[in-house]
Amino acid sequence: MPDILSPDCVGLVTPQSHKFTTPLALNCGRTLPSYELIYETYGTLNKNHSNAVLICHALSSDHHAAGYYSMQDKKPGWWESCIGPGKPIDTNRFFVVSPNNLGGCKGSSGPNTLNPDTNKPYGPDFPIITVRDWVKSQARLGDVLGISQWAAVVGGSLGGMQALQWAIDYPKHLRHCVVIAAASKLTAQNIAFNEVARQAILSDPDFHAGHYYQHNTLPRRGLMLARMLGHITYLSEFAMRKKFGRELREGKINFGFDVEFQVESYLRYQGSSFVDRFDANTYLLMTKALDYFDPASEYKNNLSAAFAKLQAKFLVISFTSDWRFSPARSREIVKALLDNKKEVSYAEIKAHEGHDAFLMPIPRFIQTFQAYMQHIEISNK
Amino acid sequence: MKLRTDLALISEWIVEDSHVLDLGCGNGTLLAHLHETRSVTGYGLEIDDENIVYCIQAGVNVIHTDLNQGLSDFSDDSFDYVVMTQALQTIHRPDLLLLEMLRVGREGIVTFPNFGHWGARISLLFGGVMPTSRALPSEWYNTENIHLCSLHDFEKLCHTLDIEVLQRAVVDTTHHTSRSMRLMPNLFGEIAIYRFRSKPVKRIYQRKKK
Repeated sequence: MPDILSPDCVGLVTPQSHKFTTPLALNCGRTLPSYELIYETYGTLNKNHSNAVLICHALSSDHHAAGYYSMQDKKPGWWESCIGPGKPIDTNRFFVVSPNNLGGCKGSSGPNTLNPDTNKPYGPDFPIITVRDWVKSQARLGDVLGISQWAAVVGGSLGGMQALQWAIDYPKHLRHCVVIAAASKLTAQNIAFNEVARQAILSDPDFHAGHYYQHNTLPRRGLMLARMLGHITYLSEFAMRKKFGRELREGKINFGFDVEFQVESYLRYQGSSFVDRFDANTYLLMTKALDYFDPASEYKNNLSAAFAKLQAKFLVISFTSDWRFSPARSREIVKALLDNKKEVSYAEIKAHEGHDAFLMPIPRFIQTFQAYMQHIEISNK
Repeated sequence: MKLRTDLALISEWIVEDSHVLDLGCGNGTLLAHLHETRSVTGYGLEIDDENIVYCIQAGVNVIHTDLNQGLSDFSDDSFDYVVMTQALQTIHRPDLLLLEMLRVGREGIVTFPNFGHWGARISLLFGGVMPTSRALPSEWYNTENIHLCSLHDFEKLCHTLDIEVLQRAVVDTTHHTSRSMRLMPNLFGEIAIYRFRSKPVKRIYQRKKK
């Protein structure tokens, strides 16, 4: 918990929410008649609304991107390293909007919220949401907040995919697009990891076909396994070796199946603490959104063709040790932008932290990100 | 800010509104200057992550690239000029990169330290040691300059690769030129600057290949 708030922290924040009553037609063919989005904002919207930055979150995060809810909070928002006064997304300059995506489990409409038709939680009946649906819902949130053009749309991982989709679907409505540790589509290996995670949840006897809320239980083991697997893929081999090595918890092996190595203990902790803060149905939905994302598929699998109408300027960043969203995937995005002679800068940051690097205060990453954001012009006319 | 003389020279060779690729663009000085004075667009390629930050600060589009991997991210004929200042001699295969430059660009411009300079010759002839100089400050064992050449060497390579030299200039390390340098460039020039393109025959051949 923070004893005092650091001057580069946005401070104490309170989420807001908005109820949308215009139906939202979704990619899957279904329609959400009404829905709610919870979001946080940091900084101040300027007079002509030209300084707004949209933050798109990744698989397991939410709208709480920066600051604290109270002085008793143990941890700040998930992107505290990048959002705040004097940080890359400088709240002295920018008005930052950070929503929780539809289908999430932290306050926006999703499987764990009440279905107005039945007055029961949606559960597995919540429609499958795609990246395009998210972008559409975020655009509507922009309308509510009076933002017709974002100074930048920014995201890492699955968030980077949303930023890309923004540039494709609403080319005139953003000036800059920052895509970090992302990909224009998942590889077969990446989908495979998601499938194992889903199977872990789906095969948990406590899953009850997604209706576990009614049974007053949780698919704890399944969600825990899914998270443990995910966590391994978010770190690099080097990072794990450095953090745990082969260190034993009790200093000796016990010839049994209880926790012996420190890395086992760490993974179990990560898994079980995740169960307390995340919903299994949401996890299933989010991994599907990841798997389905492939904007080039509508253009005969030609990413360059998909990017032809983009207008935003781009910053693309990858991390050397990220093997889940490797630099090669980012380069594909960069190449498609270059094919179209779009304005783009690309940095491959040396980092040992794997995919998680985008959440960490790695100096060169922060400098690169900051240099780009500082260059974004904000008109005050 | 005053521009380095070799960069100033190059700038004069580049037509307004062109699309330029700068290989090993450093902190982006040349592209920023070209953008400001000649409305040039384009990208810099750079491998040093600190330089990438400087480029972004200067508003230059920069792509993290290892030039030894070639220019496969760029399609044929996508630039008016491909420029490479003081990097040719650090490349594993300068011959292949020169061809790559002319694949993606209409014309190429390179600058490199001239190993035919009299200082280098004397050092090897009388000292019997690998030359170090203002243009080549490193020792043989720690230098990045692994493929040094003289003006003659470069021109011979151009001939072999069917590359036509369009313009040549030499300067010293303070980037000035003199009468002696103009008369005997391979002996007195410390830094060579070339503008070149594929010979017409070669260009037709390349088009057929596509």
